[in-house]
Amino acid sequence: MTAVDPAGPERAGLGLVRDRMWAAVHAGDEYRALDVVLDALRSGATVETVLLDVIAALQVRVGTEWAAGRLTVAQEHAVTAIHERVIAALAHHPDHRRTPAAPAGQITVACVDGEWHALPARLLAEVLRRRGWAVDFLGAHVPTPHLIAHLHRTGPRAVALSSSFPVHLPTAHAALTACQAAGVPVLAGGAAFGADGRYARALGADAWAPDARGAAAVLDEGLVRPDPLTALQAVDHLPHLADQEYTLVVGARGRLVKETFTGLEDRFAPMRAYDDVQRQRTAEDIAHIVDHLGTALYVDDPELFTRFLTWTAGVLQARGVPAVGLDPALELLARQLRDCPRACRTLALARETLRLHLPASNDPGPGDTE
Amino acid sequence: MGSPQRALVVDTSHPSPAGPRRSPSGAAWSAAPYPVLVADPAGDLVDLNPAAALLLPEAVGGARLRDVAPGWISDAHERLTPRSAVAVCEAGPRAYGSVGRRTFEAHPSRTDDGSVMWWLVEDTDRRLAEAALDSERERTAFLAGASSALLSSLNLERCMDVTAHLAARHLAEAAVVLAPARGGRYPATYCRSGGEATHRQVRAVVADVPGLSEALRGFPPVPSRWIDPASIPSWLVPEDFPGPVGSAVVTPLPGHGVPAGALVLLRSGRQQAFTEHEEVFARLFAARAGAAMSAARMYAEQAAVTATLMRELLPPRLHSLHGVDFAGSYRPSAESDHVGGDFYDVHPGTDDDQETLVALGDVCGKGLEAAVLTGKIRNTLQALLPLAGDHQRLLGLLNGALISSHHTRFVTLLLASVIRRGGNVDLRITSGGHPPPLVVRTDGRIEQVATRGTLVGVFWDITSTTARVSLAPGETCLLFTDGVTEARGGPLGDEMFGQRRLETALAHCAGMPAEAVVEHVRMLAEQWAGSGRHDDMAVVAVTAPRHAHLSAVDGHTAGGYTA
Repeated sequence: MTAVDPAGPERAGLGLVRDRMWAAVHAGDEYRALDVVLDALRSGATVETVLLDVIAALQVRVGTEWAAGRLTVAQEHAVTAIHERVIAALAHHPDHRRTPAAPAGQITVACVDGEWHALPARLLAEVLRRRGWAVDFLGAHVPTPHLIAHLHRTGPRAVALSSSFPVHLPTAHAALTACQAAGVPVLAGGAAFGADGRYARALGADAWAPDARGAAAVLDEGLVRPDPLTALQAVDHLPHLADQEYTLVVGARGRLVKETFTGLEDRFAPMRAYDDVQRQRTAEDIAHIVDHLGTALYVDDPELFTRFLTWTAGVLQARGVPAVGLDPALELLARQLRDCPRACRTLALARETLRLHLPASNDPGPGDTE
Repeated sequence: MGSPQRALVVDTSHPSPAGPRRSPSGAAWSAAPYPVLVADPAGDLVDLNPAAALLLPEAVGGARLRDVAPGWISDAHERLTPRSAVAVCEAGPRAYGSVGRRTFEAHPSRTDDGSVMWWLVEDTDRRLAEAALDSERERTAFLAGASSALLSSLNLERCMDVTAHLAARHLAEAAVVLAPARGGRYPATYCRSGGEATHRQVRAVVADVPGLSEALRGFPPVPSRWIDPASIPSWLVPEDFPGPVGSAVVTPLPGHGVPAGALVLLRSGRQQAFTEHEEVFARLFAARAGAAMSAARMYAEQAAVTATLMRELLPPRLHSLHGVDFAGSYRPSAESDHVGGDFYDVHPGTDDDQETLVALGDVCGKGLEAAVLTGKIRNTLQALLPLAGDHQRLLGLLNGALISSHHTRFVTLLLASVIRRGGNVDLRITSGGHPPPLVVRTDGRIEQVATRGTLVGVFWDITSTTARVSLAPGETCLLFTDGVTEARGGPLGDEMFGQRRLETALAHCAGMPAEAVVEHVRMLAEQWAGSGRHDDMAVVAVTAPRHAHLSAVDGHTAGGYTA
């Protein structure tokens, strides 16, 4: 749900602001970061521009820097923490606090359970507040029962549901249908829902927006309350779930990871020399692969899995890990899942794509880039 | 519900009953129990039987069919006759329509000379039954739909919106839903047929409207009643209501032992008044709406009580105090619980020269019961604050209080007295049976704080050792509960997160702000646990700020950063 709109004449000087800001947050200097932002405001930028064209843009950069191996997860957290503090300071910035005559209505902004990337949702919440909405920002990682209890308590016009990682799509779907069953329309946003919002549509979201400005526009236009008479069960949107392949993969996750791991040790010579940390990383990579396979089965889109794998290959290469270990892992999975035709097709397509792309692939993948 | 006055549904799928093809003057058909009309292709009435004469008294042979029979018969006849030359034997399409208050199906059949005999078969009773069935079906569907619409939300305002909306669409031209007053104001929702529901609070004298105050009181039970349209005050009429009110009904919304409110249905003079049937139907609807509204109200009351109690039990939000950065995070074990047995508190020193006391602990057990005990322990600690200079004494008093209470539970606890001296932050840390904190040095080294002691609330004699730690700018001391290290999961699904992984994760956190350290640790531990079960997790970071403020201000105050 982050927004980058780099073109645009009035934003010409923003490149410089972004560079100065990046230097400050990268050095972990929140006071310098705040000074950069205040300078930008003094020279005429609006708070919304700072939020969306500086901070959101830099969060995207955090993702790409991490994928390229130039930033650790801990540093990512440090940058995000500084951004959070700057946003908090801006929320109180007296010159830019807009006080509309009457609140436009109440909106709940929340991240899907398991989703840790709260910043895109936080930025949306700030933008909506500035545009006159009364916003309840529930933060990262909101368990669906808490979200629904909140809806019953406050009865908002709409819920803006954010997710960055595609692996949260099944959880997002459960949250989405629960909100709709409670009579509240859902606006979906975030990288998890696809660059074109295809997964938001597949899961039956009432609306989707590519960025915070788009989300504000959708909410300004107003969303129709879902008709409780036509409230659907989760499976109604996704009839392919009837084949139980998703259930099977999720249920057997631990076993799939374990068997793939030991299989890899047998077949992939370099792994035998791995130390504990490397073994741990490998197990985590396999777990991610299984999780994304499950998600691809859930939304019935093998492309989702393929995109994740080409991206993973790029991430591994950036860290000097041989991505050639991916193909044997996929083959081992395919062997364990031979009774699941959709899973096998998905794995076969991914292997085919990897063969074509390796070693030159450096596709910005799903997830981490907000 | 009324029978069609001029219906011309033409259906070609059914053959007409066989009619006389030879002679229009046979005696057989003249004695038929059905009215029969014979008309020639020119549209003149050739003949008719006594039954037809009885039905259409003006009809005589030789008259124009159009002049003596209903339009729908002559229309059907005209549509049929041009094809006479080619299709003598063909059965024509039936026509439907009414004669007076009765309805008929007209079946055409050809005679040899090209005329058409129209057999009129009465279906008045069937049509009435069908209409009644349709309307009954429609109502059942409406009630079923209303129930699911009302059940979907536990929000009172939303329930009132749904009630007003459904009532305005199906029962009247406009509907007003009133809930019992709160602070002298009645929550009211207005809706016009086809319009949007609007909600507002009205300060009104309901006693002026006959039956309304009884309905709102909910007891004694009163039937819905008609009221004189003239006695309807203007506040009870939606602003965009067309013209004066012609008829109005007040229906109580029965709750579960509590009054849920009242439904006022309005019709303008143009529409007919409410029938008795409609009133009964409105009552059925009102019963459902009332149940939903009182459930929503009870839910809201319970939620408010819970929220008030929870607020006391939830750990506080932490921020910078006296030049030291504090951050905390708490995640209870079960998804649906908001609170659990882990807790932390930060009691600020009265000024920069006084120590700030951090307490982090873990009551044995989970969920609400454990949370209630954390509340008691936190209160006790608060009362013992003046003794915070002596950790052993404080723990000893808390121990005594816990042993003599009726609880059989115990607690493990960390106390840290924190003060900033120059750029550094000094801590005195004491463990009451709790895992010792970890310190991250600027070079990424991890040190375990050397403090140990007896858990609190079990033994009469407890001992503990206090450790002193000094943090340089950018260094963090992390206090945590065992929910973090004992989280089970990981890629293989059944491994413990463990002390080593926590230390590895922390090693990357040198120089990071307190919030980022907490967020990082929390995310890694929870992602490790995944969807698996984990115990409560509490984490508090005490960090010496890396970039000094110009003045030591509280980071949460607006404008606190500005130079």
